[in-house]
Amino acid sequence: MNISLRFCIFFIVFYGLAACSLEPVEPWDRDILAQKKMQLIPDTLENYADEHIYFSKEASVGGQGVGGGGCGCN
Amino acid sequence: MSKNIPPNTHRHKNVKRIRESLALATCSLLVTSPQPSMAEEYQAPWEIDSSLLIYSERDRVSAFKPVLALRKEIGDDEFIGFRFVADVLTGASPNGAVPTDTAQTFTSPSGESSYTTPANEIPLDDSFEDFRLAISADWEKPLTDTLKGVFGFNFSIETDYTSIGLSSTFSKDLNQKQTTLTMGASVNFDKVNPQGGKPEGFTTMPTPLFPGPPPPPGEDDEDGDDDDGFFKGESKNVGELLIGVTQIINRFTLTQVNYSIGNSSGYLNDPYKILSVLENDGSGDLRTGDSPYVYEKRPSNRTYQSIFWKGVHQLANEDVINISYRYFWDDWDITSHTVDLRYRWEIGGGHYLQPHVRYYQQNAASFYRQTLIDGEELTLDYASADYRLGNFTTQTLGLKYGIYFDNGAEINFRVETMRQRGETESSDAIGKLQNVNLYPDMDASIIQAGISLDTDIISKFLNKAFRNN
Repeated sequence: MNISLRFCIFFIVFYGLAACSLEPVEPWDRDILAQKKMQLIPDTLENYADEHIYFSKEASVGGQGVGGGGCGCN
Repeated sequence: MSKNIPPNTHRHKNVKRIRESLALATCSLLVTSPQPSMAEEYQAPWEIDSSLLIYSERDRVSAFKPVLALRKEIGDDEFIGFRFVADVLTGASPNGAVPTDTAQTFTSPSGESSYTTPANEIPLDDSFEDFRLAISADWEKPLTDTLKGVFGFNFSIETDYTSIGLSSTFSKDLNQKQTTLTMGASVNFDKVNPQGGKPEGFTTMPTPLFPGPPPPPGEDDEDGDDDDGFFKGESKNVGELLIGVTQIINRFTLTQVNYSIGNSSGYLNDPYKILSVLENDGSGDLRTGDSPYVYEKRPSNRTYQSIFWKGVHQLANEDVINISYRYFWDDWDITSHTVDLRYRWEIGGGHYLQPHVRYYQQNAASFYRQTLIDGEELTLDYASADYRLGNFTTQTLGLKYGIYFDNGAEINFRVETMRQRGETESSDAIGKLQNVNLYPDMDASIIQAGISLDTDIISKFLNKAFRNN
């Protein structure tokens, strides 16, 4: 499948699903979303360690962010 | 400020706690609304995150990795952060050659060192030993009420590899900060300086029977790289771009989609990986007319892309599900699927358990080969037997335990097992190799302990300790 078509389908499905259930959340109702455990990366050191391990053992990289440094991992 | 907390029975118990946490809420990444300047009133403490990781593969590589991360708010929603990492690596790594029914001896490109693998065992380069130091710094700065920039720098050095990089990420809040658009870019300028010399792709590895000529002095300079000084070796440059959307779905749910594209160019070979070359008689024997091992050769350019989705949801019992999926593909024909699931189970009293499951499935690069036939190295453009470019799956199972305190400190500990299983390529399993597992399967364990606190907590603790004395 064409790569850009694949990307568009993914985006449309994601936003289609999201739009069905969106509820406005006022700033004073974001106490739960502000908790550390609700962050997209709740434990940055655990995430850093995992990214480094899988980077050195698999051919795939990235997805969550950019940068992070290089490694001559064998 | 009015509060609009839904009449949810189990959450009523927590109303007081929720009120108290509203101040914290306004400091969050997602709620960057203007707030009183706290920096004018007091110096924010340094947040300190530290961890120690021990990674151990059965019969192969072991790594010991301490990490220290520091972060401080230096202005309204403006932060600086530093991360210091050390890696101590020892052990053995598969060199790409296949097992044979006799012992095999392998030599470094310069001929200075060698190692021997017993018969019927996957050849492992047991000379693997490295020490890596990495430092990174970032500066997070609100540029307007709805736009934030994060600017990063990273540097790492190890025996045979040096890396220096810059990154910047911009986040724009939209739709009353329910939606955040993210755009990021990074560049890395790396240098590869192989121990024992840099082998040319598809040249033969010296053996006791075929020692080969010694490499001419200055050979590494043939492509014009600067081999003098601290930052020396073969160049490898990496650039990455990312665009993403983060969306608040409701009070308990958050989701993110990212698209990334990256390009690496320059010296992309692994200088320590080789391929076994077989006789062309279908026997599966190593060739005898020349050295039966050649160094791998990869393209000098790679473009890769990924789509990443993550969802975070808090259940009524305050447990949290964190799930992600990534589809990855590149122009070496590698594709992969990654699913990652963490379930944070609040067991009460500030304790939690977090099971973790990860599944990764990868399809091989177009030039992945487990063996070559005599003469193929003269006709092929590229070939590599690096197990990381093959067809394989990785399964990870883990459990984390954490305890968090009212002052914001946390201590956690996790144990994981990782299992990598690959396929023998039937087209490369010729003759006597047909009944041999040519893929170097791997089992590993991960242990990590972490502690998070800040300088206020430390000074309060010290004050109390000295007062008691």
